[in-house]
Amino acid sequence: MVTEMAETVQRARGDEEPAAPDAPRRDPATEGTALPSRGIAVGVEGLSAFYGPHQAIADIDLTFAKSTVSAIIGPSGCGKSTLLRCLNRMHETTPGAHATGRVAIGGVDAYAAHTDPVEIRSMVGMVFQKPNPFPMMSVYENVAAGPRLRGWRMSRGQMDELVERNLRRAALWDEVKDKLGRSGAALSGGQQQRLCIARALATDPAVLLMDEPASALDPIATYRIEELVRELSREVAIIIVTHNMQQASRVSEQTAFMLAAEDGVGRLIEFGRTDQIFTTPKDERTEAYITGRFG
Amino acid sequence: MTVAVRSMALAVVPARHRVAPRRRIAERLAVGLLALATLAAVALLVIILSYVVARGLPAIDLAFFTQRPRPFGEVGGGVQPAIVGTVALAAISGAIAIPIGIAAAIFVVEYRTGRYAAPVRFAAELIAGLPSIVIGVFVWALLVRGLIGSFAGLAGAVALAVIMVPIVARTVEEVLRLVPMSLREAALALGAPKWKVILRVVLPTARAGVVTAAVLALARSAGETAPLLLTALGNEFFSLDLLRPIDALPLRIYRYAISPYDDWHTKAWGASLVLVVVIGLIAALLRVVARQRVR
Repeated sequence: MVTEMAETVQRARGDEEPAAPDAPRRDPATEGTALPSRGIAVGVEGLSAFYGPHQAIADIDLTFAKSTVSAIIGPSGCGKSTLLRCLNRMHETTPGAHATGRVAIGGVDAYAAHTDPVEIRSMVGMVFQKPNPFPMMSVYENVAAGPRLRGWRMSRGQMDELVERNLRRAALWDEVKDKLGRSGAALSGGQQQRLCIARALATDPAVLLMDEPASALDPIATYRIEELVRELSREVAIIIVTHNMQQASRVSEQTAFMLAAEDGVGRLIEFGRTDQIFTTPKDERTEAYITGRFG
Repeated sequence: MTVAVRSMALAVVPARHRVAPRRRIAERLAVGLLALATLAAVALLVIILSYVVARGLPAIDLAFFTQRPRPFGEVGGGVQPAIVGTVALAAISGAIAIPIGIAAAIFVVEYRTGRYAAPVRFAAELIAGLPSIVIGVFVWALLVRGLIGSFAGLAGAVALAVIMVPIVARTVEEVLRLVPMSLREAALALGAPKWKVILRVVLPTARAGVVTAAVLALARSAGETAPLLLTALGNEFFSLDLLRPIDALPLRIYRYAISPYDDWHTKAWGASLVLVVVIGLIAALLRVVARQRVR
């Protein structure tokens, strides 16, 4: 297992040549073939996470493929959000929280002793459950926030171009191009969430984590987010946590099902292609969950 | 409008579902008492302000702002050194205390997992509880008798700064706590180091509150008299030498108010009016600065 992990790290490192900022990550040679051959965006091995003395997830092993939407589903309290937050080391920003195990992203072991969490978060974008644009920043500044917070040196023209490109990627440009100077908080909820997606994309992450990104939105806004997720997955690996099984089946190609045992510790029950998980689950607990017998 | 709605509702609601008369009377009584208390508070402010204006206005002329105090027995002159001295003391004490107070608040709120946060907050509470004359005596012993060797404007500024630090720290602490965690998370997830998250996201979001804290502290210290008696001492002559005694409005008010001359009594009222207006102007100015935000 450990050697496999080293290979994962190695391969990921090889794949992560610094590309032109907006170059598509898709590899034409492997397109359309089975999932694993697209390469691994995030490898997780033996991951456990704790809040103080309480263990939230235990021994998670799985790999998220590149150019793929992967869904993490499971009932409340199964640790799916915790797993997601471990991937970019946001978990430990909760006071008292820590994690052990290995997470390979972009050729780096996120939990190695010398790894700077800031470096990991730089490679990973994150979209939260509740839209959280910076209220004191304009629409424009929200998108520019990532590059500016990272200290990227850019001319005004380059920044204009970056902001427009990422607002287009988030399918928001046409709605906000005349109000770039307005506060991000003045947009509708769905627009705010797409603004947050544009903000996360602006630093060109290899992986985009989404923590129930549509659960605070109405059905139309949700539909637009889902459409966007499918669209974006051609360029960036997307890992989405969702309560909504229909959503998981609509947007994702891979699905991980998690469940908390009696001890309250969340574990990975089953991981595979979404159509397989939803039609022929291997584990009876997965079947019970997706057929609505609990959760 | 509400009255109309209520009476319409009453028309169709059967008698047994109506609000009991006793409860309605109790409610009217409570609202009435609240209104009365509010009126009392506002009336007090209006009475004090109008009295200060009425008594102080006769003293106000151009000479009052441009001339220095005349010796005993002579009518005329002004409080120009005191006005300049108060502005200088406020500027210097603010320059010392506001950064320290903000830094302490950041430490307590943003690094609260550290074990020094609780002692720091406790210390701030203790300093805030110290009588200002005690701070004056302390600075007198340390600077006036010790390091500087004479009554000095700088010693006054330090004494005022000691009074301001806990006010700034406690107020800014409250304001920083109001900044939603989701904004800190968003910024951290963008790959910003923690210090940048604080400087570029948390503080700007709390800007209005931080400015309010600074105004509050400046206003409080601008009116302090006791610590200045033992440090800045007061000066009939114009002086900006910080190592010499310097005049200040509260000191001038005190000197003139305890004098036996009618002309000086009028000047004490005039100086009071100027002090109130100066504090009001500082507050208004900083609020305008703070309001420059995204629409």
